[in-house]
Amino acid sequence: MEKISFEQLQEDLYYEQLDNGLKVYILPKKGFNKTFCTFTTNYGSIDNTFIPLDGTEYTKVPDGIAHFLEHKLFEKEDGDVFQNFSKQGASANAFTSFTRTAYLFSSTSNVEHNLETLIDFVQDPYFTEKTVEKEKGIIGQEITMYDDNPDWRLYFGLIQNMYKNHPVKIDIAGTIESISHITKDMLYECYHTFYHPSNMLLFIVGPVDPKEYMEKIKTNQGKKNYRNKSEIERKFEEEPKEVHEKKQVLKMNVHGSKCLVGIKAVDVNQTGPEMLKNELSINILLDLLFSNSSENYQTLFSAGLIDDTFSYDYTQEQGFGFAMIGGDTSDPDKLSESIKEMLHRAVTAAFNSDALERTKKKKIGAFLRAVNSPEYIANQFTRYSFNGMNLFDVVPTIEQISVEDITNAAKRLIEEDRITVCQVVPKA
Amino acid sequence: MSVATEQIQKFPGFNLHTVKTDKFKTNNIVIKWKAPLEKENITKRALLPYVLQNSSQKYSTTTALRSYLEELYGATFFVDLSKKGEHHIVSFSLEIANEKFLSDPTPLLKKGIEFLAEIIFHPHASNQTFDEKTVENEKRALKQRIQSVYDDKMRYSSFRLIQEMCKEEAYSISVNGEKEEVDEISAKDLYAYYEKALNEDQIDVYIVGDLDVEEVAGYAETLFPFKERQIKTIDRKTTHAVEKAKEIKEVQDIKQGKLNIGYRTNVVYGDGDYFALQVFNGIYGGFSHSKLFLNVREKESLAYYAASRVESHKGLLLVMSGIDQQNYEKAVSIINEQLDLMKKGEFTDEEIMQTKAVIHNQMLETLDTPRGMIEVFYHNAVSGVSVEMADWLQSISKVSKEEIQEVAGKIELDTVYFLTGSEGNA
Repeated sequence: MEKISFEQLQEDLYYEQLDNGLKVYILPKKGFNKTFCTFTTNYGSIDNTFIPLDGTEYTKVPDGIAHFLEHKLFEKEDGDVFQNFSKQGASANAFTSFTRTAYLFSSTSNVEHNLETLIDFVQDPYFTEKTVEKEKGIIGQEITMYDDNPDWRLYFGLIQNMYKNHPVKIDIAGTIESISHITKDMLYECYHTFYHPSNMLLFIVGPVDPKEYMEKIKTNQGKKNYRNKSEIERKFEEEPKEVHEKKQVLKMNVHGSKCLVGIKAVDVNQTGPEMLKNELSINILLDLLFSNSSENYQTLFSAGLIDDTFSYDYTQEQGFGFAMIGGDTSDPDKLSESIKEMLHRAVTAAFNSDALERTKKKKIGAFLRAVNSPEYIANQFTRYSFNGMNLFDVVPTIEQISVEDITNAAKRLIEEDRITVCQVVPKA
Repeated sequence: MSVATEQIQKFPGFNLHTVKTDKFKTNNIVIKWKAPLEKENITKRALLPYVLQNSSQKYSTTTALRSYLEELYGATFFVDLSKKGEHHIVSFSLEIANEKFLSDPTPLLKKGIEFLAEIIFHPHASNQTFDEKTVENEKRALKQRIQSVYDDKMRYSSFRLIQEMCKEEAYSISVNGEKEEVDEISAKDLYAYYEKALNEDQIDVYIVGDLDVEEVAGYAETLFPFKERQIKTIDRKTTHAVEKAKEIKEVQDIKQGKLNIGYRTNVVYGDGDYFALQVFNGIYGGFSHSKLFLNVREKESLAYYAASRVESHKGLLLVMSGIDQQNYEKAVSIINEQLDLMKKGEFTDEEIMQTKAVIHNQMLETLDTPRGMIEVFYHNAVSGVSVEMADWLQSISKVSKEEIQEVAGKIELDTVYFLTGSEGNA
């Protein structure tokens, strides 16, 4: 077991990769009641074309299957795993993103027991035709719920504008039609391909003894027979650099309008420190352009084009990435035009070093705030790790970012061909 | 295991609540203003904190104010509005890094307290009038905020249930005020209301972090010159007899129907059987092991979510679920049937144990976050009763099956509200 210390933060992280390939991280937190634990596979909604374990040919599976599998893993022959967790005083949950599926619990007692329940239920699938059919009704309601949600529709509408081929454009839960094709055999095929320990990461944060827990996990894994496994082959179609559609307007049953401007990213095949620096530079760039201390924000707010729902964000994963800017607005066309103009101006702008220093301070403060949260640490550490980055490099990397880095980020990111707009407007 | 305790000190016009803990890498300050919900002031009251948040005497533009917060290692500062029973609560929250974890030793907590004092006591105003432009901008933002409830159907249906169910009661007043009243508020009226609230509200200041209690108390005393006041109290125990349960259906262009059911618990925070009510709610609908989740979702596949929650200060039990329109009758009957089973005592010792374990866990987890801690302690300040955290946990574990059944017996159906896509067909 390796110990990695972060002196400024006063934290120690313990790490070991087990014989079957599973990566285990433990971060002891003194003074906390709660232990939070995530068990995550590097498998999400975009992984829909791959060579199955023991197969030789690529196969394509129905949209929404990773999320469906996440739901179904909770059900066992003798009932629902939620019941076991709550009997042990824990609250359990799971989520599926574009690139990851995570199972988690938090508890303030019976932690060892809960940890074992978590590992064992994820490593012991039980799918039947009957339970698969039953789940279609429940997930169908989940899909319909999102269909009525204007913010979700706006978000996905924007991604669909950007991507022509990449499966990031597919709604994570799929559609009622696509999930109707899912069978128990498909679930097993995906499960065996993507839930091998060598594709997974276990993270524990809480008032625990790292040595004791590492031993327990090793004993647990030692009892299970996993064969060595080669790298998973995933396939993604070639994606053009420019956006698929420049604009989309969704008419919905709403009173107010919403508007998002998106930029399809380049440099989406980076990993490690290079990716970390790129991601942080773009985030700082967006802060400089649109944070509530920026001139642009003041201009948009005074013009009555935005309110406190205004936000911006940058996402980057393997093979895709995008920036999004916008919110509720009284005039979606005027807002999108103004934002686009501000973006284009940023390409040639001279960034002020005082503002950059201030923004860097803000980012460092935000990081301290975030590491108060065990959930943030476990989820983000896992995401960073799957991309070859280290969460605890965030502060030192921010400290290194220069005005030049920001200028370059703006030049590289912002280009008319890669900008698109999505709006939600009232029907009548 | 540590259970958090707060230290309370009285100062002219406000109570200071401090929690010293080294769990967190930041310090948190929350200032809460509490007043009875009143129709005549609600819209002004919803606007005021946003005007105060926008700018101040020293930081006369949002850009200047927000730049200063960035200087303070990106202190987060926001205001929000909520209801606790028939009280309206305005909160000013600031979270600021603890310099212990920074290479720069500037003392940040004091600066944070000074900043909040500036916001509250030195607004962007002159001649008893707020800055006109700021008020106009914030009025527009408030109208958008009010309107946005309509566009989020889950929030909208919860809001409509309360509107229908508590029609004749102050509790039905919306936290954000009324859209039609926004335009008529002048910068001068708003200032007059600011002075009224500043001098009459119940003020509680919470500070949580790795702090020196005496030092912090010293800052608060000098920086927060609130005036002495007599706190207006309202009768929390007003019971509302249900004569006949109401059923309300509303049609909108939506795909999924939203079912919201309101019950009267006839129990409020501080009552002897409040803890039994919490355990009841856990067995009935609070968690993913509860009867509603198991029967509406897992057994019948009718919904993705089916849950209940308790409003502690008004005495309500609220059930919510998203279903296909054609399953309305079926879902309502399952939900009521599960309540009847609770009333008849048809739940096991195992369900009780399980629920107590989860509630215990949930409370301890809440105390692991600074804001959660403050919200838990604030229940005492709102209700005027004092429950220690250790006692809270003890009281939950002591609840008996009979007490749960008894508290279930007090619960009365009041209103069934259904927001549906179309009448009669799916």
